[in-house]
Amino acid sequence: MQNSEITARLKEASVGIAGAGGLGSNVAMTLARAGVGRLVIVDMDLVEKGNLDRQCFFLDQVGMPKVEALKENIERAVEGVVVDAREVMLDEGSMDEPFRDVDIIVEALDLAETKVRLIEEVLIKLPKTPIVAASGVGGIGGSERVSLRVSGTLYLIEDPHGIPCEEGILTGPKVGLMAHWQANTVMEILLGGSCE
Amino acid sequence: MITVNGNGRDHVPDETVSGLLKRLNYIFPLVIVKINGTVVPRDSFPSVNVPDGATVEVIHLTSGG
Repeated sequence: MQNSEITARLKEASVGIAGAGGLGSNVAMTLARAGVGRLVIVDMDLVEKGNLDRQCFFLDQVGMPKVEALKENIERAVEGVVVDAREVMLDEGSMDEPFRDVDIIVEALDLAETKVRLIEEVLIKLPKTPIVAASGVGGIGGSERVSLRVSGTLYLIEDPHGIPCEEGILTGPKVGLMAHWQANTVMEILLGGSCE
Repeated sequence: MITVNGNGRDHVPDETVSGLLKRLNYIFPLVIVKINGTVVPRDSFPSVNVPDGATVEVIHLTSGG
């Protein structure tokens, strides 16, 4: 595939991102830099100082809604990306609603139960829309354990021995590894295969 | 026999998805379950039986994001 064709395909693409924390903020920024044309980002949290070790925000954004801060950062980094920032809660029963018109959904939520709810709703209600999820984000090291598991339209980046965040720590390098693996998978799906 | 995540397991007549998860020590509700490629909604875990010969996928999620 020629570079010009890759650029054109990415520009036409839209990606929904559920969550703008450690996974979501990094996925959004790297996909924006890669040239994805439209991002729908959903989160209702505010930026906290404790987020800054791993999330794509700055000190002067503490207290801002994450989606608003992320939109600001993306628009400072690159031109021409449409960021649809939605400061809303994903409610059970309508979690797919913000993502009905995107090409791919990225699950970038925190709690396992919420992750499962979103994935299940998307698989049932939007059976043609790929969803790229992550599990086992916590801990340090263990890069060799991370792999991509594909089940129909579900693409799961998983570290089966990753420590749940309730029991361990979340660090920028590990969270970033998982986020960029998600983003790389999104690119592969959008472009119809890997480019070597 | 059934297959769970690629591994052969005994088929238990009339066993529900909930029963299978309990037998295999999975923690409900932190899993997605597919039987022969179709998602089983969580609400149906106690009522859907796992048929003999089924290919079952149990996808476990842990917190962090």
